[in-house]
Amino acid sequence: MKARVHVTLKTGVLDPQGEAIRRALGTLGFKGVEGARQGKLIELDLAATDREAARAEVDRMCDTLLANPVIETWSIEIE
Amino acid sequence: MRAAVLIFPGSNCDRDMEVALTQAFGRAPARVWWKDATLPEGLDLVAVPGGFSFGDYLRSGAIAARAPAMRATADFAARGGLVLGVCNGFQVLTEAGLLPGALMRNAGLRFTCKDQALEIAAESPFTAAWRVGETTTMPLAHHDGCWVADPETRRRLAAEDRVAFRYVGGAPNGSLDDVAGVLSENRRILGLMPHPERAVDPVHGGTGGRQLFESLAALAPA
Repeated sequence: MKARVHVTLKTGVLDPQGEAIRRALGTLGFKGVEGARQGKLIELDLAATDREAARAEVDRMCDTLLANPVIETWSIEIE
Repeated sequence: MRAAVLIFPGSNCDRDMEVALTQAFGRAPARVWWKDATLPEGLDLVAVPGGFSFGDYLRSGAIAARAPAMRATADFAARGGLVLGVCNGFQVLTEAGLLPGALMRNAGLRFTCKDQALEIAAESPFTAAWRVGETTTMPLAHHDGCWVADPETRRRLAAEDRVAFRYVGGAPNGSLDDVAGVLSENRRILGLMPHPERAVDPVHGGTGGRQLFESLAALAPA
């Protein structure tokens, strides 16, 4: 089973890297990019077979290590 | 004062910290490897040095914060022990939840490397050799020094007078409220981005960090 964890900055937390990406896209001629936020994608290969148990376990991993709850939030896809 | 310096793979200011502590305390600190689950007996201070622990992988300080030696340091802090985190050490302490807020990529995205004027903004065991409101100069050298916290935390820190150091002339890294260093609730844990241990000897080009170590040395004469 695979889990995909998307870690993103919370709304309202300034993202200077996202802002640099937005500006660079504008410089390259891409019009209409009004905002960019940069995050992380973490793919986990899991031995688990129970989807819901796996999701709960990955959620604990996020809270413990994969994200910093002070500034980040996360979403989990199990496949 | 009996001190220990934690060492992680990628720490690179641990020796500077040892020299500064030895100079101030008259005895060399213990070196504690990150895998050590216990600290030496009878410690007064744990110093978490600067560097790039675990290559700054995942987030600066994130992996070091969960190392066995940091769990021991959290227990030590819970018993009222003094803990000093400098630069990457500050990042480690916020990641460990021992200090409020988080340290993010500098607002200008550039690695900041320069001497920086700082205001001593609060009384604490780490700042007793200065007067509050006095300024000093220490080197800065970091990429992830933009301190952020939610409005509630910032209000609380202001009300409890827990900002120990502020950048003079505006934060060069985007830190909210010009925060350069913060204290724990019991004022016995300090994290700061500037490097006091790199400013304790005239050959460093300045001695603006020396009072921090002298403040600690005055607490318990060796």
